Amino acid sequence: MNISRRHFLILMPAAAVAWESVLAGTPEQAPNYKMSDHWWGMLVDISKCIGCGNCVRACQAENNVPDGHFRTWVERYHVDDYHLENPQVISPDGGKEGFPSVAEDPNGKFFYVPKLCNQCADSPCTQVCPVGATFVAPDGAVLIDQAYCLGCAYCVQACPYGCRYIHPEKKVADKCTLCYHRITKGLTTACCENCPTGARQLADLKNPKDPIHEFLRTHNVQVLKPQMATGAKVFYNDLDGSVR
Amino acid sequence: MNGVEGYMYPNEISLFWSILIVLYPYITGLVAGAFILASLERVFRVEAVKPTYRLALLTALAFLIVAPLPLVLHLGHPERAPEMYFTPHSTSAMAMFGYVYLWYLMAVLVLEIWLDYRAEIVALSQTSKGILRLIYKVMTLGSNNVSPRSLHIDEKVGWIVTLVGIPSAFLLHGYVGFIFGSIKANPWWSSPLIPVVFIFSAMVSGVAGVMLLYMAIMKLRKQKIDMQCVDTIAMYMFYIFIIDFSLEMLDLVHRIYEADESFRSLDFMVHTKLYFSQIVLQIFIGTLVPLFLLFLTQVVKFKEIVRKRIYVLCGSLILISVFAMRWNVVIGGQLFSKSFLGYTTYKVALISKEGLLVSIGLMVLPLIILAVLLKLLPPWPEKRPQAAAAD
Repeated sequence: MNISRRHFLILMPAAAVAWESVLAGTPEQAPNYKMSDHWWGMLVDISKCIGCGNCVRACQAENNVPDGHFRTWVERYHVDDYHLENPQVISPDGGKEGFPSVAEDPNGKFFYVPKLCNQCADSPCTQVCPVGATFVAPDGAVLIDQAYCLGCAYCVQACPYGCRYIHPEKKVADKCTLCYHRITKGLTTACCENCPTGARQLADLKNPKDPIHEFLRTHNVQVLKPQMATGAKVFYNDLDGSVR
Repeated sequence: MNGVEGYMYPNEISLFWSILIVLYPYITGLVAGAFILASLERVFRVEAVKPTYRLALLTALAFLIVAPLPLVLHLGHPERAPEMYFTPHSTSAMAMFGYVYLWYLMAVLVLEIWLDYRAEIVALSQTSKGILRLIYKVMTLGSNNVSPRSLHIDEKVGWIVTLVGIPSAFLLHGYVGFIFGSIKANPWWSSPLIPVVFIFSAMVSGVAGVMLLYMAIMKLRKQKIDMQCVDTIAMYMFYIFIIDFSLEMLDLVHRIYEADESFRSLDFMVHTKLYFSQIVLQIFIGTLVPLFLLFLTQVVKFKEIVRKRIYVLCGSLILISVFAMRWNVVIGGQLFSKSFLGYTTYKVALISKEGLLVSIGLMVLPLIILAVLLKLLPPWPEKRPQAAAAD
């Protein structure tokens, strides 16, 4: 095929625009990071969470999460002996500023439950996306190509855990990415790094040396809403049956 | 928190699907129902409804043209909507919308209307003047042969298109129901009955819509309403409505009897936030009242004027009922928390991209399109021009 100089000059910018579009959803390059070597998840130890809200603040600062929306939040449960199926739950402003203090309840218990995207292996949100803008990456992180998302909110409806929202300025779906820009560089997530008690631990299930394996073997660990069969990879230690 | 009772996950407080998403299944339902009415005459040879055949087709087309608008307007990035065609995600029910829509628009409705009107379009392209002549010339698509053999072929192909159109109409609307029914995260939606209920409610709303349009247009044109026609339509409407109501009640009774983990939450919602729109509007005023009245028309010989009034009242109530049903599904499904511990509130804005005024505009727009179509392609037998000559 003969391409004249004039045609070449016209085609070059078009090719550049097309290439930019191809790269639009590609995560920032991280040297030595091989997706297929990882399978990311998280361990949340409920018995260690003190409801300080550090994780929520760290997440919002790290990821520019808009006010009133949450990539992670903390809930406080109050379950009394007579209403095991109807816990009292609060999460004022996502637990960002902690929780009001409460007196001890001799007939019940209080505990905190941090929530975030469960990075499901069989995620209902990626199943319904009409253009495949949200997907499970080969390393197990559920990501959104925001340069491609239509903002139809079908994924928001499909998430059983309420982890997704439509970003009010970008008008696209948004949620926890497990701080993908950090973990691909060998760092941990902002929430894990800022948790003062170690209640949240990033876990790489493909890494045989990751302490998650020992923990899963020796503790009573569950996932949220197992009946949804989503292949959730956020594992909760000491999860009370009343937690939804 | 304002408008919230109990505990909602913090991202659930505002609704992400608004009144526009209520309109989407409502409008596609009217399309599917209108087409089914047209097919009564064409495929099932119910000659009594012939006066509404062409009107039903044009109504279906007018509403189908508008059907994707609420969806596109609702998108955060409407300019990316064509991506659904270019890079559809094979596991997404929504991704199929574009294809089902195009199939229904081009392969069924437009083709059937064109085949049915072709001889008249050819005649009008010869007798009209000015811009109209050009429009009709384009509409002939260069096919000017109106010989008896050619018209016979049109008739045969048109019959096949209608035959294919019936399952296509079911597909179009059943698929809309599947979008909701397949969401396992939401117990209010997640049910295999939803697509079936959507199909039958679509049929009843479309039939009611065309019947009302026919009666209104006849009144405007100062022509006599063909009572045999509207009696037959009302009879079909009654039977379809019974099936629709039975299916909806089956769904309701099943939920109540099974009483799974979501039941207490949903039951509370039906008795509070959805009480008016579901119990009062959809079930009582919109379903039981018209069912009773239509039943009366089947067993009692009313005078013509009484029957007309009953049909107008029932048709209007059915349209309200089906709209309320869509509202209860779409909005109701977002008013409770997926934690089953709380409820939120939805208020329709008056002036916004997804507000009340836009919604009203979207419901008026198909009527304007229909008026243009009726002008361009008059469905009335006395206005049929004769082709000048066969090529």
